[in-house]
This record gives sequence, C-alpha cells and structure tokens, in this order.
Amino acid sequence: MADDPKVGVPCGPGGKNPAVSRGPGAARSGPAETAAVEMPLPRPTSGLRRDRFITISDREIKSLYGPEDTKGLDHARDLGQPGQPPYTRGVHATMYRGRLWTMRQFAGFGTAEQSNARYKYLLKHGQTGLSVAFDFPTLLGYDSDNPRSKGEVGRLGVAIDSLADMELLFDGIPLDEVSTSMTINAPAPIVWAMYIAVAEKRGIPSEVLNGTIQNDILKEYIAQKTFIFPPTPSMRLITDTFAFGTEKVPKWNTISISGYHIREAGSTAVQELAFTLADGFEYVRAGVAAGLDVDAFAPRLSFFFNSHSDFFEEIAKYRAARRIWARGMKDRYGAKDPRSWMMRFHTQTAGVSLTAQQPENNIVRTAYQALAAVLGGTQSLHTNSMDEAMALPSEKAVKIALRTQQVLAEETGVANTIDPLAGAYFIESLTDDMERETLAYFERIEALGGVVPAIEKGFFQREIADAAYRYQRQAQSGELSVVGVNCYVEDEPSRIELLRISPEVEQRQLDRLREVKERRDPHAVREALDEVRTTARTERNLMPVLLKAVKAYVTLGEIIDVFREEFGQYREPAIF
Amino acid sequence: MTQGKVRVLVAKPGLDSHDRGAKVVARAYRDAGMEVIYTGLHQTPEEVVEAAIQEDVDVIALSILSGAHLTLVPMVAGLLRERGIDDVLLLVGGIIPAEDRPNLKQAGAAEVFGPGSNLDEIVDFTRRNLRRGA
Repeated sequence: MADDPKVGVPCGPGGKNPAVSRGPGAARSGPAETAAVEMPLPRPTSGLRRDRFITISDREIKSLYGPEDTKGLDHARDLGQPGQPPYTRGVHATMYRGRLWTMRQFAGFGTAEQSNARYKYLLKHGQTGLSVAFDFPTLLGYDSDNPRSKGEVGRLGVAIDSLADMELLFDGIPLDEVSTSMTINAPAPIVWAMYIAVAEKRGIPSEVLNGTIQNDILKEYIAQKTFIFPPTPSMRLITDTFAFGTEKVPKWNTISISGYHIREAGSTAVQELAFTLADGFEYVRAGVAAGLDVDAFAPRLSFFFNSHSDFFEEIAKYRAARRIWARGMKDRYGAKDPRSWMMRFHTQTAGVSLTAQQPENNIVRTAYQALAAVLGGTQSLHTNSMDEAMALPSEKAVKIALRTQQVLAEETGVANTIDPLAGAYFIESLTDDMERETLAYFERIEALGGVVPAIEKGFFQREIADAAYRYQRQAQSGELSVVGVNCYVEDEPSRIELLRISPEVEQRQLDRLREVKERRDPHAVREALDEVRTTARTERNLMPVLLKAVKAYVTLGEIIDVFREEFGQYREPAIF
Repeated sequence: MTQGKVRVLVAKPGLDSHDRGAKVVARAYRDAGMEVIYTGLHQTPEEVVEAAIQEDVDVIALSILSGAHLTLVPMVAGLLRERGIDDVLLLVGGIIPAEDRPNLKQAGAAEVFGPGSNLDEIVDFTRRNLRRGA
C-alpha cells in the first residue's frame, strides 16, 4: 500500500479521486482492498477549480457579491445597534468588550466521582461554566440496574440514578457561583429537581442558581432521539418547568432550544435554523396555552446551535437567527419585554466534522468553527476535542480544545469590536437569504398543521435524512472535500491516546445504587411515588412533588417508570 | 449469491440514539438494489435477532456509537449461534476504537466500518461476503 496512488491526492474534481476512508487501524486489512472507487468528478470546463462552488449545505455561492446584493438592506430596520432589536448585531450593547463568552466544555463520563474530577480539572484550567453529559440510561430514564442499561452505564456520559450521585457530581463545586448546563431532555424536570435539592441541602436557595437544562423535547423527536413520552405529556412537563422556574429559579434557563443535534443528524444550515426556531415558537405557544404570560417565561428561553465548517454560512446563520426570533416574538407573539425578543445562544463546534483519520487536524477544524461562532456573537461555546471521532475526550485533548478558545479570546483581537463583518455584501446577502428560506420552511411546517403534526408525519426526519445522504454522496464524489479522508490521505493511521471507560464503572454504579436503595426510607419512597402518580393525573405542576421525591432518594428510573405508565411511550416512525 | 434481492437488516442495538450513519447506510444499500429493513432505535439484542429471523435477512448491519459495542456485538452474535444461524453476514459500523476491532471480529463480526467509511466500499464488501449459497 506504500505506493498507493490515492495517497496524498489533492482535493477537488479532476484528479484521481481516492474514495479511501478507513478507520484507524484498518489500513492493512479489511475493506480498503476491495474498495469500489467512486467515479471521479469530471474536470471543470469553466477553467476554474470547480464548476459549482457550494457550501457543505449545498448552497451555491457566487464568485462576487456587490451592492446589488444588499440593495434591500435597511440598516436601522435590519441590523440596528448591538443590544437593540432586531439584535442582528448581537444581544448585548458591549458584547465581548463587556464580558467574553462563557467557555463551557461539555463533559461527563463514568461515575459521578470521575466526572466531578474532570469538572474541577476544567475549572482549574480557566473554564468559566460547567456542562454535564449524562449516559444513555440516564437520558432514557433507566436506572443503571435496568437490563437495558447493560454495557451503557457511564459510557457516553455520567450515570445518575439518585440524588446520591448528584451530590457526588457537584461535590466541592460552588453552586452559587458557577453556572451549570445539563444536557437532559425527557427526564429534565427530575434531574433539575436533583440539582436544586443538592443546592438546598447546602443552604443555597434556588433563587440564586444559575444554569440551563436542555429540556427541548421537540428536537428529540426530530433528531437526537432520546425521547420517552409522547408529545402532549412531554410538553406539559416542559411548561411545568417554565412555570416553576419563573417563580422559584428565576436565573435559570428552563430550556435550551437546540439546533445542534438537528445539524449533527445531517441537516443543512438553513434546516437547522428553521427547525430550531419553529420549535422555539412552538414552546412559546405551549407556554401561552398553559396560561403563562409570554413575558414571564420567554426571557428564560435560550438556544443552542452548531458551528460547522462552512465559515460564512455559519456566521450568517447566527445573525439571521437573532433577527427572526426578535421579529417573531415582537410582531407575532406580542412579547413586550425586550428580553423576550433577545435570542441568547450557546454554540458547539460540529462533532460530525471531526475525522478519525489524522485526528490532529480536528484541532484546526475546531478553531475555525469556534471563530465563526464568535464572529456570530455566541454567548457561550464548547470546542470539540481532536479525539472525539473515536472516543470521549482525554484530559490532554480537552485542554487543547479549551486553550483554542482562550487563544481566540485573548490573542486574535476578534473580541475587540462587535459584529465586525456587518455590512459585507456577502454576509448581509447570506443573512437575508437564510432568513427568507427559514420563513419559507415555517410556511411548510404550518401547512402540515404545526411542529408536532410535522414530526408525526416524518417531515423533519425525511428532510434531514435526505440532506445527510446528499452530503455523504458529495463527500464521496469529491464535490465536497474532507482533508485526510477524500484528499491528502495518509497511508499510516495516526495513533493518539484515547480515554477508556473501565468496565468496573458499571459495577461500582450498581453497588452504589443498591446501597442507596437499602439506606433510604421505603415508606417515604412509596408515598413520594404515589404523589408523583396522582399529580401526573392532574394539571398541577409536577416540580414540587419531584423535588420531594428526589430528596427521599427515589431514583430517576422509578419516577420515569411511573410517568411511562401514566403518559405512555413514544414510538417513532423509522424513516430512512 | 442468493436468488433475488439481498435482504439487509440495519439495526440499532442498545440505547444509542445516533441514527445518522444507520440511515445513510440503509439508503446506500437500498440504492444498490438491496431490500432494507431498518429496526429503528433502542433495540435489545434479542429484538435484533428476532427481527433478523422474521425478515429472513442475509445481512445484519449493526450501528453502534454508544461505546457499548464490546457488550452488544457478542450478545447479538451469541444469540445468532444459539438460534443456529451461521449463514448471516454480521457487520458492525460506528465509533469503534481500533484496538476493539479484533475483539469484535473474534466475536463474529465479519467487518467493522469506522467513521468516514465509504458507502460503496460497504456495499461492495457486503456483496462479496454474503454467506448464503446460491
């Protein structure tokens, strides 16, 4: 294979397209030998490098943009000032001159103690907020001792069964000082109740707590797929958290309406934008339908976007997102409080853009993606680690990822001025296009009866699957380039040290769960579960009874089992 | 080669919810003229094997991005053996560290396809390695 003609071939059409892509270690055996080589793209007839210049979302880009592309732009109406509607230029008047974005690395693995050690490591190295990743059993509401959890405990996140785990997870971390984001959806009210309970046990009132629960079930049906219950009871759980948060945890973001997973599942940039905002407006409708005043909860809605590799398209996406949200909340949903119009968002660089081949290149990809997020005005940022196409990040890899943000913030000068690309013909034209295309998607969704009926009809799922497949074909034909995968391929796989989750983690977690169940008061557990069940049958807010239950060390799985019985389970249409 | 269309079960065992790769591979098989059955998410190994038997498939393509492959692949392979099934091609795709590949092959996977795998390569490998006689 040393003289493999595919090795080192440059990107784009015309050359001998390699179509070689093997995982690490598979270089000398396995499917590569029998590879069916994709037909190379024909050499362009235009005399240019390519016949079509496209973004990774298959958007065609012109060679030059000029005044004619922005002639409809009204600066006061469409851009405004930073901190002023429609917030195209950013939600704060001083943006990063006042305060840098929050550097918040998503982390969690193994047991609560291991994750706690990782959080302390990140805080020690200058991270400014926490972000908790839960394992699949927790995300899907199974305790670690459920047969379905076998092999998955602590694998892709931390295992949380009861308040005892949560106490260890945040041991020694000042909950009145840090802000904590928790990526949890169907079981979000329970996990949030655990967080509040840990704080209360330490004498910290819920009113001072600062953070976010993802709590965005619509995108679970659309893309991330860690749903449990059908849409109607799921939306009720969410509006319960809105109401409880407004009253008792006023600094908390009770939802993070997420495009990240929609994009990771394969959507285009505009689909990410359109589907996420459609979800956002749907939550606003649900809150209002539950009897809440829009301005009482809308200021606590937050968003979460992907930052993918197509630089300008991403920047335009964030600018368009703020404008669409502000206009929609003001004009259509009648919000009066400017804080309800402001879209605040977190960004994570694109996990799907990472390659297992030549993994060090991922540092560079992530840096460009981080720059796009900052030029787009993000409020917080997670940068992926170079090893994440293969495993959860090692300590070294995650530190490089954090340092990438610190270099961006402290050395490049991009944080010195606000929205520096505003007024550029290309950026403004792209921002307008994305807004227009998003509004067109809104019409299609409404024609299907709204977000939930569109989910049930498989609309979003089909749109995303189509885009994902098109991307894969374009990457394979060389129409889109992936360095190290379809061009500049190296024969020898590079090896980097990976984080391994030891199989003992599962046993340790099972032991702890058994101890918790032995120690707790069975009478209090039974009573709390009965109360959860009876409240689930009414329209009363579930949060107070959930708080009481978690304080009695009722497990997450036990509460979810009651909900499963009362609410039923969602089965998705399996579309590909 | 089997007469008629090759039948492929694309399956998501375990709690893993990442279905992008499974769907893309399912569509590539379908475009290559194969009959594809996609299980949907959150299947137990028992459910996967049961579906394979019910659908009389030639190929089971497991997609695992949860890190639970060392548990799930041997479970599926073991259940196939228990049911006396030895002519179904078992493939694994997903986030699988290089050092785990030999273990999965030893457990019964014919091939393991990692991130960035080429769709045509996957289809081609499948065609060449079908186990059911003509």
